Amino acid sequence: MTTTAATRPIERLEAMFAANRAAGRKALAPFVTAGDPDADITVAVIEAVDRAGGSLCELGVPYSDPIADGQVIQASYTRALGKGLTLAGVFDIARRASATCSMPILAMASYSLIFRRGIDRFVADALAAGLTGFVVPDLPLEESDDLDTACRRAGLALVRLVTPTTPPERAEAIARKSTGFLYCVSVAGVTGARADLPPGLVDRVAWLKSKTDVPILVGFGISAPEQVKAVCDVADGVIVGSALVRRIAEHAGQPRDALLTEVGCYVSELAAAARRAEP
Amino acid sequence: MVTSSVAAPLSNVPDALGRFGTFGGRYVPETLSAALDQLERAYAEAGADPSFAAELDGLLSAFVGRPTPLLFAQRLTKLAGGAQIWLKREDLSHTGAHKINNTLGQGLLAIRMGKKRIIAETGAGQHGVATATACARFGLECVVYMGSEDVRRQAPNVRNMRLMGAEVRPVETGSRTLRDAINDAMRDWMGSVETTHYIIGSVVGPHPFPRIVRDFQSVIGRETIAMSRKQFGRLPDTVVACVGGGSNAAGMFFPFVDHPEVRLVGVEAGGRSGQAGDHAASLSYGSPGILHGSLSYVLQDDDGQTADVHSVSAGLDYPGVGPEHSYWHDMGRVEYTSVTDREALDAFDTVARNEGILSALETSHALAWAVREAATRSPDEIIVVCLSGRGDKDAAEIARLRGLAADGGTA
Ligand SMILES: Cc1ncc(COP(=O)(O)O)c(C=O)c1O
Repeated sequence: MTTTAATRPIERLEAMFAANRAAGRKALAPFVTAGDPDADITVAVIEAVDRAGGSLCELGVPYSDPIADGQVIQASYTRALGKGLTLAGVFDIARRASATCSMPILAMASYSLIFRRGIDRFVADALAAGLTGFVVPDLPLEESDDLDTACRRAGLALVRLVTPTTPPERAEAIARKSTGFLYCVSVAGVTGARADLPPGLVDRVAWLKSKTDVPILVGFGISAPEQVKAVCDVADGVIVGSALVRRIAEHAGQPRDALLTEVGCYVSELAAAARRAEP
Repeated sequence: MVTSSVAAPLSNVPDALGRFGTFGGRYVPETLSAALDQLERAYAEAGADPSFAAELDGLLSAFVGRPTPLLFAQRLTKLAGGAQIWLKREDLSHTGAHKINNTLGQGLLAIRMGKKRIIAETGAGQHGVATATACARFGLECVVYMGSEDVRRQAPNVRNMRLMGAEVRPVETGSRTLRDAINDAMRDWMGSVETTHYIIGSVVGPHPFPRIVRDFQSVIGRETIAMSRKQFGRLPDTVVACVGGGSNAAGMFFPFVDHPEVRLVGVEAGGRSGQAGDHAASLSYGSPGILHGSLSYVLQDDDGQTADVHSVSAGLDYPGVGPEHSYWHDMGRVEYTSVTDREALDAFDTVARNEGILSALETSHALAWAVREAATRSPDEIIVVCLSGRGDKDAAEIARLRGLAADGGTA
């Protein structure tokens, strides 16, 4: 699967970061679980995120055994799969949302799912669905050559992760391989909102910034506007997952407008905080 | 199949990336990479340090009671009416199963790494008990994750873990069995990795676990080879073991894999039927996939979502299997087959009444196959069964199933 230079999906991500840089803005990247509470609402939620100032969206692909995820995202995956969501359904959500949204959408997917479908087919499905790349939380550097090659050929981003337990030389090697952006995991632990930012995070991000030109987004544990601002003072943006997934779950039983209003208000608040950050 | 006479021996795995052929590897979040590297280094250093082997051997002898005997099953052999059945008595190990061979070894590695907190998952509870035991002996903190369904069906082991000071955390997600316990242990490790060692209980998980657990369990096969030579002057014709994650089988088989004249048979949980969801026979019915950090045969759907599984035996009730078994399967070196819940329960009774041994329900799967197979073989052939554990833990659950059956349900 080869894509011409003009249509390489990763360029949409790069253009977004370039525009942010020019405007002195930081990126807000909300995470949404595909299919929770259902496919139509997920599409509408992504559109609401786009309207409310999301810079990009991470679409969580439900997996039965997500070991990097805490209770909130894990439970959302279980609910979505329990309603019969398939990979075909996930790609359909991505296709519908990317047709109407201006922000780029990436898939957060376990390598178990990618391996099972076959790398080439998974990449082709992602391209057809309008996705711009992948975050694969359980694929370390040593195992990633095949997917890396396929993503480079297809013009998709393969976002790598560094964590507080990553030794410095390894972090540099990971940053060199990362395309689209680099995902800086704030804590050693699973996903889930936390009251405080981990000590040392700001220094870690500043050190990473000195080592790489690829944009750095910080994720895991971030939920409050003040945290968003503090992180964005040093990083190129933040990823907010569990806090949004939890809000969606809490409003799942309410009228759809109430849920979308809640999502819109929360994302606008976070986007405003990201805008207040140091350029 | 090895076709070239100069091919490397089958035992020459895994490679530096933890590959057994195409299987194995390390598919884990980056947060765990450093700890797995550290474990790999600690294991290499321990291997080069004679005091490590000396300490472990001392414990295996005085604390565990090794070597465990190789017993001729006289009445069982007569009943089957064919090949001789011999039993490698891992049930006589301290804590009643092979699992202690691994937990003592990994406990010593944890001490070398300066880690004072241990986590583990358990299905049947035997690995949990063996971990709690090692932690009590070494003075380490111990937390064991166990699916709430297994907490119920293996209650005696839960009690024993708590008696030895371990904290047992029931897992309420998913199928509430072994797979979910591993998920939660891994999630704990994600947040505790700098101070905690995860003693995984079988030859599964990311590299280097499958190799380390296999090596620590290989004492079973080495003793079996030595005792076979001494007690009947040759190697057995057939060696059989049950396969959950595959640690007792890997420990038994590994020293035999370069002896092609010995037939090796792994018995998986056939459950209620061969229908998806009714069994836990990954090698018999599964396909290559990634679960819990390694590439191996997995019971999964078309998308790669892990399938629901069933076995009467909590220790075999797992949708994956160790990567080295997948390698042996694809190389044609080990045969894998399955035995149903019903056959295992019957074998439990047969062995109890004819040999005076209560065998674990996991082990009863291997025994069922051995009795059936022996009937078709000549009396000068020898079958060795890895009697991986004792069945006291299962007595109450078997009585409950029998009650259900007597009430007209199906056991
Ligand atoms: C007695 C016994 N045998 C076998 C098993 C299955 O594990 P493995 O396949 O790793 O030996 C267990 C697991 O709990 C067990 O307790």
